[in-house]
Amino acid sequence: MNTTMHARGGAAMRLGGLVRKEFLQILRDPSSIAIAFLLPVVLLLIFGYGVSLDAKHVPIAVVVDQPGADTASFTGAFYHSRYFTPHPLPDMAAATHALMAGRVEAIVRLRSDFARQLRGNRGAPIQLIVNGVDANSARLIQGYVDGVWIGWLAQRARSAGQVLDIPVQLEQRVWFNSELRSRNYLVPGLIAVIMTLIGALLTAMVVAREWERGTMEALLVTPVAMREILLGKLIPYFLLGMGGMGLSVGMAVWLFQVPLRGSVTVLFACAALFLLAALGMGLLISIVARNQFVAGQAAIITTFLPAFILSGFVFDIGSMPQVVQWITHIVAARYFVFILQTVFLAGDLWHIILPNALALILMAAFFLGLARRRARKRLE
Amino acid sequence: MWQRIFALIKKEFLALLKDKQSRFVLIGPPIIQLMVFGYAASFDLNHVPFAVYNEDPGVAARELIADFRGSPNFREVAPITRDGQIAPTIDDRRALLVLHIGPQFTRELLRGRPASVQVILDGRNSNTALIALNYAREIIIRFNERWAAEHGLSPPPAHLTMRAWFNPDLESRWFIVPGIVGLLTLVVTMVVTALSVAREREQGTFDQLLVTPMRPVEILLGKALPGLLIGLVEATFIIVMAVLWFRIPLIGSLAALYAGIAVFLLSAIGVGLMISSIAVTQQQGLLGAFLFLVPAIILSGFATPIANMPVIVQKLTLINPMRYFMVILRGVFLEGMPFPLLVPQLWPMALIGVATLALAGWLFRHRMY
Amino acid sequence: MTAPATAPDGDGGGTDVVLAFRDVDKTFRSGNRTVPALRGASLEVRRGRVTGLIGPDGAGKTTLMRITAGLLVPDAGTVTVLGMDAARDSLAVQAALGYMPQRFGLYEDLTVQENLDLYARLQGVSDADRAPRYAELTRMTGLGAFTARLAGHLSGGMKQKLGLACTLVRPPRLLLLDEPTVGVDPVSRRELWAIVYRLVREQGMSVLLSTAYLDEAERCDDVILIHEGRVFGHGPPQRFTEPMGGRTYAVSVPEAMKKRTLQERLADAPGVVDAVIQGEHVRLVLQEGEVPEAGRLLPGLDGIAIEPVAPRFEDSFIATLHEGAGEAAPARSAAPIAAAAPGADGTVIAVHGLQRRFGDFYAVRNLSFDVHRGEVFGLLGANGAGKSTTFRMLCGLLPPSGGELRVAGVDLRTAAAEARARIGYMSQKFSLYGNLSVGENLAFFASAYGLRGRRRRERIDWALAGFELAAVRAAPSGELPLGFKQRLALACALMHEPQILFLDEPTSGVDPLARRAFWRRINTLAEAGVTVLVTTHFMEEAEYCDRLVIMAAGEILALGTPREIKARAHAAGHAEPTMEDAFIRLIEAHERAAEAAA
Repeated sequence: MNTTMHARGGAAMRLGGLVRKEFLQILRDPSSIAIAFLLPVVLLLIFGYGVSLDAKHVPIAVVVDQPGADTASFTGAFYHSRYFTPHPLPDMAAATHALMAGRVEAIVRLRSDFARQLRGNRGAPIQLIVNGVDANSARLIQGYVDGVWIGWLAQRARSAGQVLDIPVQLEQRVWFNSELRSRNYLVPGLIAVIMTLIGALLTAMVVAREWERGTMEALLVTPVAMREILLGKLIPYFLLGMGGMGLSVGMAVWLFQVPLRGSVTVLFACAALFLLAALGMGLLISIVARNQFVAGQAAIITTFLPAFILSGFVFDIGSMPQVVQWITHIVAARYFVFILQTVFLAGDLWHIILPNALALILMAAFFLGLARRRARKRLE
Repeated sequence: MWQRIFALIKKEFLALLKDKQSRFVLIGPPIIQLMVFGYAASFDLNHVPFAVYNEDPGVAARELIADFRGSPNFREVAPITRDGQIAPTIDDRRALLVLHIGPQFTRELLRGRPASVQVILDGRNSNTALIALNYAREIIIRFNERWAAEHGLSPPPAHLTMRAWFNPDLESRWFIVPGIVGLLTLVVTMVVTALSVAREREQGTFDQLLVTPMRPVEILLGKALPGLLIGLVEATFIIVMAVLWFRIPLIGSLAALYAGIAVFLLSAIGVGLMISSIAVTQQQGLLGAFLFLVPAIILSGFATPIANMPVIVQKLTLINPMRYFMVILRGVFLEGMPFPLLVPQLWPMALIGVATLALAGWLFRHRMY
Repeated sequence: MTAPATAPDGDGGGTDVVLAFRDVDKTFRSGNRTVPALRGASLEVRRGRVTGLIGPDGAGKTTLMRITAGLLVPDAGTVTVLGMDAARDSLAVQAALGYMPQRFGLYEDLTVQENLDLYARLQGVSDADRAPRYAELTRMTGLGAFTARLAGHLSGGMKQKLGLACTLVRPPRLLLLDEPTVGVDPVSRRELWAIVYRLVREQGMSVLLSTAYLDEAERCDDVILIHEGRVFGHGPPQRFTEPMGGRTYAVSVPEAMKKRTLQERLADAPGVVDAVIQGEHVRLVLQEGEVPEAGRLLPGLDGIAIEPVAPRFEDSFIATLHEGAGEAAPARSAAPIAAAAPGADGTVIAVHGLQRRFGDFYAVRNLSFDVHRGEVFGLLGANGAGKSTTFRMLCGLLPPSGGELRVAGVDLRTAAAEARARIGYMSQKFSLYGNLSVGENLAFFASAYGLRGRRRRERIDWALAGFELAAVRAAPSGELPLGFKQRLALACALMHEPQILFLDEPTSGVDPLARRAFWRRINTLAEAGVTVLVTTHFMEEAEYCDRLVIMAAGEILALGTPREIKARAHAAGHAEPTMEDAFIRLIEAHERAAEAAA
């Protein structure tokens, strides 16, 4: 029929008009550009450089009650470790004070009978006191001290021409991130947070802006269909989001030296899926909340914070309480963080990527579908 | 003068508490965030999934595996029977750690020769991997001690005795929850103060205020004191929740804690009012608050230690009031830090507070239009 | 007209009707209250005519427009647009009509051309058709020179014309314009009407246009009068004004008497429905059957001349509201407040060579005037003329870039707080704390002005009684109707009995009845010696001022009494020019001078 032919040609023209308009607005509005490009750079810099769980040069108090050759060889091991900066202190009172004041994180104490007990048959105790306030750092320090101790024992045995007489020796192999750099998993995870900001926050705000300024009302009375209005928002911000993604990946690889073991194609294909889900959420929020203030707050609470805390980006999901673990399944960022960390550090492991990508497809379909259903060419 | 300020404070509270949206901002997000952070934000690992690839039928291997199984930190997933299964198990994240015991394990041990076990870790999340490795190491150290005692071997010439002060069980929650007091107090105070002037500008009531006989300093005080009161109430609520709900020990004195809170609020209000006097719309106020909050929280030592940051970033954190408050909170809560030890943290915050408030006052007067 | 809603005569048959409402109800929910927007509305709009939808703010005009455009669905009743059901076939309806919402629906960060391109694409205008269409539209609207300018940088009048051009990019069969003349200067308003009539004449378009300006009703072919969601009357404007024949008069008295005083007395006289200042007379509307008798209206006055004048739409509107809706007559003004002490030479506000620059743009340049004690002084001008900037400088809210300015002998910006206790300020949007109740707002401003103890209680009671706010004392002020907000804002500004009162657009958006009541209060204040400085863009309100300045592009075009200013237009051949005629004439003369200089 003639009218349907006309309608189809018209749809392409209308959509083209909307997309063009959106791009012109993005180009002229510095705040969109800032959220899409400046914010990723700032966040990546803050996180890449500011956030690290790798303790290095930990200040540690060394208290030796009666110095001698044996104690010197042990404390010497601390000086040689890149994990510690030892501070020799005369007595426990001084060390305790330093620990309380936060000048040192731990105390290693060798008692006055260290040399004698070393040759006895019960072995000499080495006392280690850590400041347990920061439990995570404390555990890492314990591990490092363990390593120093074993290393010292082995070296001592070697210099005596013996083999270290420990029954079971642990041989560790770390896959994917052998230097155990926390940046290597934080930076890829951060990409999910950044894309959430662009996809959900920015989109929710720009649609809300159209309501606030009254331009949405003018759009609604033109022959344009609701799905064209939605697509007209989706396409530009999708491209903007992929641009932000490209920038973030580039910074991750070239600036932060995060290895990218998988293929770029897979990375961007999955990013596209995630972005669709995030855009769906952003559109849904803006359909429900029609002013920028409410839309902004809703987007931060329902998308940004979960992407930050419940996605496994910093905190291990497996260790969360069971109820919280269930909740993480409705956080789209969770699946994307999983894919990101895998593709960056492990490679294209299809049996991991596919189920997570499927979850992203389902979430994208759900949110976009819901946005489409809830969007009406009405003002109520 | 005080009568006018009192009227302004009363109005400020009425405006905040009568509005459904701002009431929600004061009550909703803090509770949600307290719960989410309190329960989800933890570096502790429990039930780390591990798989065993045991090629040794001997008794020693069985004992070692039993030790792993008995640990509350580990949870065993399906065993591995072939070498080729190791990689997929780690890849799929079915196990974070694979314990590989070679065929000669028991034989070597019984001969009195050192035997080795291999631990393969998924390093994608390096922090998790390191902690899991530590757990494994502790189990093996204990196994060694027992084995040596049972088989009459001489113990190693020196051994470590470890103790953690202030947090003997090394629970992350004890670290995170006191930090939340600072985090949420900052967020709420910032939102209340950063938006207060902007909202009045947007509604046009700010002009109305400026043409009354109120002096700028009175308006400033009228805006600052509600922020202080709300911050105090918010902080108290979270402290009570921390002690009663999350069972975090509060060892230090409340007086020291509240001294820290008061000085911290002073600096937070200063920053908030500074943003507020620059922002013309609530939108800008919100964006300004967000731009301050994100770096302030990340670079405060709330989740990751400042000591791990590059030196230049560490220097940068010196202007972050939250950084000092984190030390005070954890110090008073867990270490029972006495007041004199807090002084090095208090004066920089006071300095920041005075500087930002003075600047806010100046901006008030010079940006009245 | 006092008759209830009736359908117009079906002289052209059913096919001639492009829009029909049948018993339409629409209710909105706000919180847990329901607000009826339309109540049993029935009306018809006929082909090839300009139909005006007239009613005060909040009457339901925008709701009616949106239902027509298919943006809202009525709760009850049917709406037929161009033979289609507006709710069911909304997409088809939208393809056939053009709709310009309030604020014109423009993208302010796109250029004029880009806005046109967008709407051309959305309306499916093919590439080939676009160029001639653009040429026609830009010629019609005079936007040809500005196609590369951002829409946000256009003046109010040009935005309005661009909004219209975007709506007309594909000629619609029915054109809906929602308050197209709000915030637009009189010159642009005239031009818009000219365009609308050309469209109707040349293309046979049907137009439905809503407005809160009652004087625009007379420019329409048909008028639909709507108030509080009900259709009060429907028909050509003459049908509204004809019944008013013999009820409208112009009253004048000898020079010595102030017009305001005369108006005051007449408004309280028996049998009077309405009394407003118009030019050199007071215009009087009498109750039906009343005879204008000088002795009864103004006992004890001599030399009164009462002449019958032709009725106009506003008369019938006021009469309809009085009689039909049972509205009470405007109350006697609030109790007078204590007179302020006079200054040395009676000059209260002195402005000399005032300037304000934003970047390299002069918002105000070289402004000089004096205001005397007890005077009502007006600042008139279109949006962007610089009157708000001037106003804010006078209140001390904005520092001037140059020149001198004294209010009660001091510059408020640098003055001690005590000096500010002498002024009252009421801002454009009746800025009050919306979520605080009426009583809380009053209490806060009383304290802010330093009132305490018994005096504070007395003044709050005075405000509640004198401004009829006692009944809404506990209601949140943000949810009050605009008229109440305006009264509350004025009460807050008068809390401390100021000597000088600053009013920024105090009547915008308020219905004519509330406007009349408001001006009566201002009159009383001025009589008591309070100096009043007021800005407005309602030209007829200029008549209430003792003296006024007309501003354009930051400069004074004219300064003087209303009579002096109108006299300038008078010379050019108008028999009895209105203030609006004078304004347009001054602007045109100014533009010609500017062109000549360039």
